[in-house]
Amino acid sequence: MASAHSDELTALKILVAGGFGVGKTTLVGSVSEIRPLRTEERLTAASVPHDDLTGVTAKRTTTVAMDFGRITLHDRLALYLFGTPGQDRFWFLWDELATGALGAVVLADTRRLADCFAAVDYFEHRAIPFVVAVNCFDGVRDHTAPQVARALDLDPRVPVVLCDARERASGKDVLLTLVEHVAARAA
Amino acid sequence: MTGDPRPGPAGPPERYDDAAGPLVRLYAMTRGRARPATAERFDLMTAVHPVPTYRDDPPLPPEQRALLTRCRHAPAPVADLASDTGLPLGVVRVLLGDLLTAGLIRVTAPATTRPGPHRPSPAVLQEVIHGLRAL
Repeated sequence: MASAHSDELTALKILVAGGFGVGKTTLVGSVSEIRPLRTEERLTAASVPHDDLTGVTAKRTTTVAMDFGRITLHDRLALYLFGTPGQDRFWFLWDELATGALGAVVLADTRRLADCFAAVDYFEHRAIPFVVAVNCFDGVRDHTAPQVARALDLDPRVPVVLCDARERASGKDVLLTLVEHVAARAA
Repeated sequence: MTGDPRPGPAGPPERYDDAAGPLVRLYAMTRGRARPATAERFDLMTAVHPVPTYRDDPPLPPEQRALLTRCRHAPAPVADLASDTGLPLGVVRVLLGDLLTAGLIRVTAPATTRPGPHRPSPAVLQEVIHGLRAL
């Protein structure tokens, strides 16, 4: 493995997953320079009922915008954050995003904990290292990390942290927890 | 319709209309192709390097030129090229395939494109940890 000091670019991919409205965009935006990344996808028969195609019946593709952010650590080393599309019909995009990923952050909201089950299952089944970050909206910390870990039936080695996705320092701590977890697993 | 359908420099504001979708049919730029003609699949993290001998002669279409300009000073991953030019990933991959075939870029694959996780060396992980702490 080449060191990040060689003249090649080391670009590492981290996924940010979780239910709709849990704060994925907020987290990516607080720790990185966030930009949209568009991918145009063919509408499948299964997805058509979810889109209002009235008046645009000729439309056969849809534009999926993902949250995308870069954290430049030095000129040849960068982290790339990808917010996974929340809707179930975009699961096919996850497989591409997960390929070669360093790891994932699963954002959870204790008021709607079930919304993150799918993401937890996805990363567990693919042995992709992940951390669960409980987004404490408005500073409300009504559950402890061990309670969330129990509710999600997590492997005890999976870190669970409380965070405020709006705060850069807090988001940075979440990423540090993930990279340290990856390093510990590799050791 | 709120946008202006004239083809302009690459960028989302002129290319998209929330109601109507793409104002320039995107795959017109790729002459209808949805996938690159090359064996290279252009992973999101594949780094694109321009070949230094490139001179804009004959002139390239503006989208290809925008892609080359974006990676002129430092190699850039495919995801950055798509985001910075405002072009969808599928279109970017086709156009990069053309540039590769024309010998105007070279690519370096990410450390792994196998399904599943990628664990870089402990040294790289330590660099990331130190880098994040220093932010």
